[in-house]
Amino acid sequence: MQNILEVKDLLKVYPDGTIANREISVAVEENTIHAVVGENGAGKSTLMKMIFGIEQPQEGRIFYRGTETEIRNPHHAISLGIGMVHQHLMLAPDLSVAENMVLGVEPLRRTLFLDSDRMVRVTEQISTENGLAVPARKKIRDLPIGVKQRVEILKALFRNAELLILDEPTAVLTPQETEQLFKTLFYLKENGKTILFISHKLREVKQIADRVTVMRDSRIVTTCDAEGLTEDDIAYLMVGREISHDRIPTGDAPGEVKLSVRDLSYVDDDGLPLLKQINFDVRAGEILGLAGVEGNGQTPLINALTGLLSGTKGEIKVTGESIAAMSPRTIRERGLSHVPEDRMENGVADVATLEENFIVDRYFKPRFSRWGRLLWRIISEHSRDLIKRFNVLARSSKTVVGSLSGGNIQKVVVARELSSDPTVIIAAQPTRGIDIGSEELVHNLLKEARDEGKAIFLVSADLDEVLKLSTRVIVIYDGEIVKHFETTDGVTGPDLGPYMLGVKREEGAGGTIRP
Amino acid sequence: MERFVLKNFTLIRTVIAILLGVAISIILIVVISNSPGYSLKQFFLGQLLSRSRLGNIIEFATPVIFTGIGIAIAFQARQFNIGAEGAFYLSAAVATAFAVSTSMPAILHIPAILIVAALTGALYGLIPGILKAKLHASELVASLMMNYVAYFLGLYLINYHFRDKDAGFLVSFRLPETAWLGQLVRGTRLHYGIFFALIAALLAYYFLYHTRLGYEIRTTGNNQSFARFGGINVVKIIILSQMIGGAVAGVGGMNEVMGIHHRFNWQLSPGYGWAGVVVAIIGRNHPLLIVPAALFLSYMNVGGQVLNLMSDVPSELVAVIQAVIIILITANAFLKQWKDRITIRQAEREEGVHEPAS
Repeated sequence: MQNILEVKDLLKVYPDGTIANREISVAVEENTIHAVVGENGAGKSTLMKMIFGIEQPQEGRIFYRGTETEIRNPHHAISLGIGMVHQHLMLAPDLSVAENMVLGVEPLRRTLFLDSDRMVRVTEQISTENGLAVPARKKIRDLPIGVKQRVEILKALFRNAELLILDEPTAVLTPQETEQLFKTLFYLKENGKTILFISHKLREVKQIADRVTVMRDSRIVTTCDAEGLTEDDIAYLMVGREISHDRIPTGDAPGEVKLSVRDLSYVDDDGLPLLKQINFDVRAGEILGLAGVEGNGQTPLINALTGLLSGTKGEIKVTGESIAAMSPRTIRERGLSHVPEDRMENGVADVATLEENFIVDRYFKPRFSRWGRLLWRIISEHSRDLIKRFNVLARSSKTVVGSLSGGNIQKVVVARELSSDPTVIIAAQPTRGIDIGSEELVHNLLKEARDEGKAIFLVSADLDEVLKLSTRVIVIYDGEIVKHFETTDGVTGPDLGPYMLGVKREEGAGGTIRP
Repeated sequence: MERFVLKNFTLIRTVIAILLGVAISIILIVVISNSPGYSLKQFFLGQLLSRSRLGNIIEFATPVIFTGIGIAIAFQARQFNIGAEGAFYLSAAVATAFAVSTSMPAILHIPAILIVAALTGALYGLIPGILKAKLHASELVASLMMNYVAYFLGLYLINYHFRDKDAGFLVSFRLPETAWLGQLVRGTRLHYGIFFALIAALLAYYFLYHTRLGYEIRTTGNNQSFARFGGINVVKIIILSQMIGGAVAGVGGMNEVMGIHHRFNWQLSPGYGWAGVVVAIIGRNHPLLIVPAALFLSYMNVGGQVLNLMSDVPSELVAVIQAVIIILITANAFLKQWKDRITIRQAEREEGVHEPAS
């Protein structure tokens, strides 16, 4: 078969000195689904950006359909027949599907006015041609994420993409939506398209890819046929060592209730009910998982639990005490710690040093300050200790946090939150966007904390993670708890899916959790 | 060599910006002046030619160190309070009123007056602070407007209640001698107040980098939602940072009255607060860098005065030249490409030192 794309000896160094790609050589055969896998920070996205013209390599050559080509910018890439669907979708939320579809190549009436009828017509046409249904007149804002992604794919096809690049397309999808996407990708392949697909979910790669390229540490480890490759093989190639991905066994029988939530409701400033009558308990020595598609109330729930959201109704008790009138600091003093879902926004100050980030919840304690003065020597010692214990890769405790990789920044956050000797741990998206090695470390730390008798509330968009770690699972949909699984034994992703999508609900799920 | 450039990039960029600014001013002066050599010499070296001009440099730098620190403390909390001008002026007026109405021995009088000035500045900073923290009113606008309030309030206080009618000018009563800061060098207007400025810089450095409150201020400025997440009371910090900044600028105002004129004689707001904004930016809000930044600005300013006095270059152009230099220094992206290229070359050479960011 012919290669649609081939790159040879690419080198990419970013202005901050990071070498993101080196000695990258790979060929993509026409009419295949080609997966690129690797840990976060392995250089997958950088490679895609060079192919799509967003970044330029310092060295190396790119061949498109056999001709050497310098891909100057995304416009150029599109004109060559390369399309890209970004991880963070690039759509204008206030425009309709049709308007987004033709953005930049709008059909005009009398050379001056937008021809909205024709916009809708071409959108519907491209939609039927490719078997991807989209509501042409609806605003992007009102669509579920899976449909938005479909719009992005159609947008690329509308611009005559022959080679379609998808950057972690399943990261934001439910299992059902993922299935739907895969059907689409197979359909496109049958119709002669080539798909380059980035992922770090091995199961998916096994399921749809013809060829697999594994990247590690900014290099390509291997490119081979997917046939005959097991998930374990791929994991081994990605990480360079074996990874256990067995379900972590549940610990001893859970103890007393440490975090309890009763009839928690919240209506936002616009009058939208974001949380509806939520009830649950987390006991010492268990991990309660909260599954759900993002944006179904997880964020306000976490903020309410940690004292960052005011105006909620209902009761939250930490170790038996209501936190209603407490400041975030007082709640922390009562034994709650919090790994926030957005580490860059809440978890760290990226321009500050590791030390300064480690002490944000404890700088005022007698150990670290006296008479209003900070004891930097002790703080540095403490920080070096945390760096060592939690295996943070940093040159010194005075390194600026923003210069670390995502996985290491997360380790900084986790190190701080687990070292404060908490009773209750709120862990929100604790491994989002970090490499497998760091993920394993964080999972083990949570497990250890559980075995030490901490009560852990795990909120994650990653179903595998929820099922792997949790003792029990609750499912949230549209601000409501719609399902409660007393155990995670034998529960699989597709079991949760219908509840996450609001297709199914267990009547009185919120109530059944009451002791 | 390249490694050295990377390490000291900000310093090198500042130096290059100054050299470029100097080059531009040379070109301008050569074009404008009939005797360019003489004019250039006056502009760049005229400051050093007499004792009184050397004194002028420090004299001008003293109040600017105070206002620069005041601005920097609020800036460190990412509060763009530019009310140092008003705090400086109003505190000087109020503390003058206090000084002429009280009598004590110098050892008590001077600290008491400075405390009054600090309190006035703090109260003055409290207003935009509260407006920001409680009502989310932009502190930039509030503090800008407050400068007018401070100006007219100060004028009213001095002209209607503490005016010395025998002086022949619109000035306040003379301060009792127990409130004077003594002269340092004869033939100059240098006074002990410069030591207060240096002490303020050291204290501010210690405060920001070695105390709990300083940490809270910097953390709030670095990432407010992180500070809140960690349990810092950011509302309190937003207000406090502006109060402390106002207090420092206020002390600067009275320091000036006590050291130089011995009475309040500003019918126009003297503009040190604005110079303070420039100095805070050049000194990157670091109290210890603000001192050289203030001296540099002062050096340029005195050079401008000398040039204006001794040559045919009009003062308007002097202001233009100064502005060009300041803009170049404060331009963050200036020479960035050059830095990026070096970084990339370095990284290629020592391949593998950096781990890839995700």
